[in-house]
Amino acid sequence: MTAEQIRETVLRVLGSVAPEAELQSIDPRLSLRDQLDIDSVDFLNFVIGIHAELGIDIPEVDLPKLATLESCVSYLLSKSEVERVKR
Amino acid sequence: MPSLGADMEAGTLAEWRVRPGDGVKRGDIVAVVDTEKAAIEVEIFEDGIVQAILVREGEKVPVGTVLAMIRNEGQPEQPIPPQEVKAEKVAPSAPRPTAAARVPQAPMAALRGLRVSPLARRRAEELGVQLTAVTGTGEGGAITKEDVDRAAATAARPVQAAPPAEERQAGLRRVIAAAMARSKREIPHYYLGTDIDMSQAMAWLAAENLKRPVTERLLYSALLLRTVALAAREVQEMNGFWVDGSFKPGPAIHVGVAISLRQGGLVAPAIHDVDKKSLDELMRDMLDLVKRARAGVLRSSELSDPTITVTSLGEQGVQTVFGVIYPPQVALVGFGRITERPWAAAGVVGARPVISASLSADHRVSDGHRGGLFLAAIGRLLQEPEKL
Repeated sequence: MTAEQIRETVLRVLGSVAPEAELQSIDPRLSLRDQLDIDSVDFLNFVIGIHAELGIDIPEVDLPKLATLESCVSYLLSKSEVERVKR
Repeated sequence: MPSLGADMEAGTLAEWRVRPGDGVKRGDIVAVVDTEKAAIEVEIFEDGIVQAILVREGEKVPVGTVLAMIRNEGQPEQPIPPQEVKAEKVAPSAPRPTAAARVPQAPMAALRGLRVSPLARRRAEELGVQLTAVTGTGEGGAITKEDVDRAAATAARPVQAAPPAEERQAGLRRVIAAAMARSKREIPHYYLGTDIDMSQAMAWLAAENLKRPVTERLLYSALLLRTVALAAREVQEMNGFWVDGSFKPGPAIHVGVAISLRQGGLVAPAIHDVDKKSLDELMRDMLDLVKRARAGVLRSSELSDPTITVTSLGEQGVQTVFGVIYPPQVALVGFGRITERPWAAAGVVGARPVISASLSADHRVSDGHRGGLFLAAIGRLLQEPEKL
């Protein structure tokens, strides 16, 4: 999976969690929670959505790595590489 | 025709959502009824098959009139008895419209937003006017035929129509305004607050979440909802409605969850039977409810029947909430942010995670002493999270 595919998936899941958010205006280096004003329930819905779409397990300790769009993409990319190698 | 309020004598059947021969399940919306105040979705409270529809769309009938006949599956068709008999059997008249069709109560009507007279509704249909865009000037902001005519005249000019999102927004704002104004006008609130040591709860939660896959994580809000429900079971005057000059205890404990919408406004749909659900079930319900609230697809029963409401503004950083009760409910519990604070226990001061809980309650129903017991129960239950 490419970084661009992961980025698209992340944005799509964000769109379902925060339908009224303007996803085009996200600054990839700033906190998603702050920019989109999402709360802990929304964030958990986001994590569950990512898991469902990409089949990637995200342990509790890694949650901070999902803070920004940029860190999300690089974390999920490295995780999907690991999963691929495992298979 | 169920009674949708003490002052209602008749209603107009606006729309049937079922036809003869259709199977129906308890909770299905079978019809929309127009009253002088609002359009209300009528839910069925029995399983069965629609045998006959007795009132046509557009017909106005008195409260207590049988609207349709339902028979049980496998049961042969019943002869349609004379109207008086049927009224007893299928839809008891007010104030007990529970047998065949029960109708959501006031808050739902409020949240559905618009008070529209049937005449105005018909006029709007004729003229193709969006009712959400009409400013009501009738009693309590109700939309009259004249308002619709005025809106149609304005719209006929080349003015760009407001986008639907803004219309919804304006409608929601009016609803909140009406409900909150009514609350502050009618409900003699009293307020109590207490600080609760959350160290047990947070430690238990952290340990529990380590054992769980991320998709089954528990959030502390689930613990708060559950403790409120269990405390409401102990102090029952917090759970229910003030209707027609007296307190009606809630039939179950349906906790309304205040969800602030990012585009503005808030909704407080119910999670049903919170006292009977496990934390896992509550988490699932809460995740689903918040997601649907954001997408604007809540069900009428969720909006109609919270028996007590919880608001946690803590995530925005406030320490204490002084809540406004959602009528006709009689209590609202507010939670602030969990912060680490100095806490003295057993002669030693230490730093502990602490949450401020507040209660706004209706003084017509309960007194401060009972409110205090209720808050104390919440604090006590949170000290034994493993039992929740």
